[in-house]
Amino acid sequence: MAESSSFDVIIIGGGITGVGTARDCALRGLKVLLLEKADLTNGASGRNHGLLHSGARYAVTDMESAAECIRENRIIRQIASNCVEQTEGLFITLPQDDLQYQALFVERCREAGIDAREIDPAMARAMEPSVNPSLIGAVKVPDASVDPFRLASANALDAANHGAQIRTYCEVLSLLKDSGAVVGVRYFDRKKKETLCAYAPVTVNAAGIWGQTIAAMAGCEIKMLPAKGSLLVFGHRVNKMVINRCRKPSNADILVPGDVVCVIGTTSDKVGLDECDNIKVTPAEVELLLREGCSLAPELENTRILRAYAGVRPLVASDDDPTGRSTSRGIVLLDHETRDGVPGFISITGGKLTSYRLMAEQTANLVCRKLGVNRKCLTATEPLPGSEKHSNPDRELSIAFKAAEGRHGSLTGKMDFSQKSEVLCECEHVTRAEIAYAVKTLGVRNMIDLRRRTRVGMGTCQGSFCIKKVAEALACELGCPEMEQEFIREYVQERWKGMTPVCWGDSLREAEYMRKQIGRNINDEI
Amino acid sequence: MQEHNISKGNFEQCLKCNICTQVCPMFEVNPHYPGPKQAGPDGERYRLKDPSFFDLTLKYCLNCKSCEVACPSGVKVGDIIQIARLKYGRQSNPLRDRMLASTDLVGTVASVLAPVANPILAFGPAKRVMDIFGVDHRRTFPKYSGEKFEQWFKKNAAPAQSRFKEHVAYFHGCYVNYNYPQLGKDFVKVMNACGYGVSLLEKERCCGVALISNGFGKQAAVQAAQNVDSIRKAGAPVLTTSSTCTFTIRDEYRNVLGLDCADMASTVELAVKWIYEKIASGKVNLRFRPDFHLKVVYHTACHMQKLGWALFSQELLKMIPGVELVVPEQHCCGIAGTFGFKKENYGYSQAIGQPLFDSLLAAGADAVATDCETCKWQIESGTGIPVLNPISILAMALLTD
Repeated sequence: MAESSSFDVIIIGGGITGVGTARDCALRGLKVLLLEKADLTNGASGRNHGLLHSGARYAVTDMESAAECIRENRIIRQIASNCVEQTEGLFITLPQDDLQYQALFVERCREAGIDAREIDPAMARAMEPSVNPSLIGAVKVPDASVDPFRLASANALDAANHGAQIRTYCEVLSLLKDSGAVVGVRYFDRKKKETLCAYAPVTVNAAGIWGQTIAAMAGCEIKMLPAKGSLLVFGHRVNKMVINRCRKPSNADILVPGDVVCVIGTTSDKVGLDECDNIKVTPAEVELLLREGCSLAPELENTRILRAYAGVRPLVASDDDPTGRSTSRGIVLLDHETRDGVPGFISITGGKLTSYRLMAEQTANLVCRKLGVNRKCLTATEPLPGSEKHSNPDRELSIAFKAAEGRHGSLTGKMDFSQKSEVLCECEHVTRAEIAYAVKTLGVRNMIDLRRRTRVGMGTCQGSFCIKKVAEALACELGCPEMEQEFIREYVQERWKGMTPVCWGDSLREAEYMRKQIGRNINDEI
Repeated sequence: MQEHNISKGNFEQCLKCNICTQVCPMFEVNPHYPGPKQAGPDGERYRLKDPSFFDLTLKYCLNCKSCEVACPSGVKVGDIIQIARLKYGRQSNPLRDRMLASTDLVGTVASVLAPVANPILAFGPAKRVMDIFGVDHRRTFPKYSGEKFEQWFKKNAAPAQSRFKEHVAYFHGCYVNYNYPQLGKDFVKVMNACGYGVSLLEKERCCGVALISNGFGKQAAVQAAQNVDSIRKAGAPVLTTSSTCTFTIRDEYRNVLGLDCADMASTVELAVKWIYEKIASGKVNLRFRPDFHLKVVYHTACHMQKLGWALFSQELLKMIPGVELVVPEQHCCGIAGTFGFKKENYGYSQAIGQPLFDSLLAAGADAVATDCETCKWQIESGTGIPVLNPISILAMALLTD
């Protein structure tokens, strides 16, 4: 053990809940360490629709979640303007659906405080030309799209700006205990290849689906019920607004426009905990997603699918039902001191992307209570880095600058466009300046980290054309030119994992083109 | 299951191979132009997200369609750029652009005023005034003819056409009507020699190519609809002598202006193609002067390349005994219609044209043959070699009784 250090709180897990909690605690003046075994948003936080729920989807089935969502929706629009697109959303009723449900839906939305307005189907077609023209009913709701990578990155950045240590690629090996209490963690730094210890009076388990394993290290039992959700990414935006199906929540009934693409999802299937590290999208899921997607927006039938991906929802079995049949969809905050007699240990799980800030607030409140600290939560009003108001006097900005501004908001000013304006990823207009900035400020360690923060290689060609140039630039900015080939290998494998399930038509041609460009076979080492 | 994935404008078939960028004549000389892939399919994804991603550098696209000819995936790269310009663009110099694009109006006025207009347009100080107006002083406008082709035709040629059993209609275009009626006269001579009478369309408007490239989409659509209507009424093959007009009517009306005129497109073709096919199938037999000698270097206009018809012109020229034909590698001349007249574009226009000028001069020919009038202006000013339409060469070589 080379090194040890002490903190006020250690947070395990670099998903949106973990980084949100880290930020909240850091803003309250706590000394924070966050440990993430891979990169930020490697789990469910990075594998979802990117939907900032208005809460409408839960209005009929779960009023509490609905009300929670709309409150948080309003807050996140304010504090994370560069991560959110104010797309608004539609709930449409198709001829095969029950129009009665729409009336109930609108009523419940209003009860939950959601501004849901019934609009004429013709009006809905005018507002959203891609919508299935045979719709018989439509309701407009304040849905929005949110980029979870950017949101997590902004939280991590702000936490770090307030003194938190955010350590990615650091895997927790065990929890350190002293007379029954958790007093710290032993972890392995996968980049430096060393084992370290850190101490804090409180440790927060925010490991998502992996939370069951972390809890077990403390001798506590949490029963996670992993549910796989698969999604498809289309090559461009066909819709400007989020399109939902107005019926009981079901498979593939949400189409979200996110940045320059759109995403249809999701499916829902129970999977084993041991499968969570390597889940794959099946052909049956692709077919289901496509079929249902086309009923929301028929144009999807003719739109190129870039890739498929799947995430695992960290659903938790209710404490009062040991069989695990009933799950809790809401926020689950467990104080293991009162629950299991293990002081110094908290688990936060359940919830959803939209409610991450509230989850973080509740967790930080509990942390503060345990530490005897009395400081107010600031996250509902303090803007995240990048979302501060800013203006650019130069109106004739390059497309690449505008694209970067869409991703990084006011922080784009920190990029060196005078020296490094060369566009490396042409599909997504990513310059060397943006790459250098991401390396310097956003904790990028490899191509996949870089992709999450900049959209490098997320466009039509999935990196076929730019990957070599980007890998070279990244290796150079990181100061490790010898890593270039490894970056390419790692990245191509990750891209192919997503391309394989949808490999037909132009996606197949693209894969062939990538193979020629990279000189590797699509089936290699997947 | 999804079998195809061809979106509107089929931009998603783009594999990002960048072959289009490699062949783009503008990309080669202008560091400000991002190239057809970025201006077209890449930019389109972002414009769909937010129209403010429209990039002003799209004005540099020559609409030469070299990108489309080269694309192995059949992406209509040039169309995507043109449509974006019409949808989101604004004229940088509206008055000048309107003047340059309004070929019918300006042509009609200038034809009447030809004796005055021609010397003024060629006069040094007047050119300096044009410069302020945004038209480069190093350009010389094509001369205006005192008598429009339509007037000449009605007076001198129309009566004699009734003696032919079979007829073709002639879409002469603005250049023939206002500037160079001689080409129209040559066309009538050649068609009559082929045994066909010539008629004009009920009403011909400018094809609209300059309106499209200058961002006046609505006006272009109005004129296009009138032309489509006249062409449908013609009741005979509609022949042309300008590759650009032909390409505009056949391709741009449908693909860029969105007109429903697929039925009409194939009835319009260049006279060279029509004549070649008639001769090749033995239906027409032309007799040529035995004493005709001309060394010709053929320049493939970009829109001729897009149509895929350069071979017809070349083969037709080769049929003329006494014609020695040289065909260098295709290269854009750089003028792109009104583009090269604009002060801010002159430098790019000349830089693009230079390799072509060099190869044409190196051929040591008596004349350049090409099917495009604006290429003619550019090549004549860039090389000093006279430029002729293949139909004019055919007319010169015909043996007449």
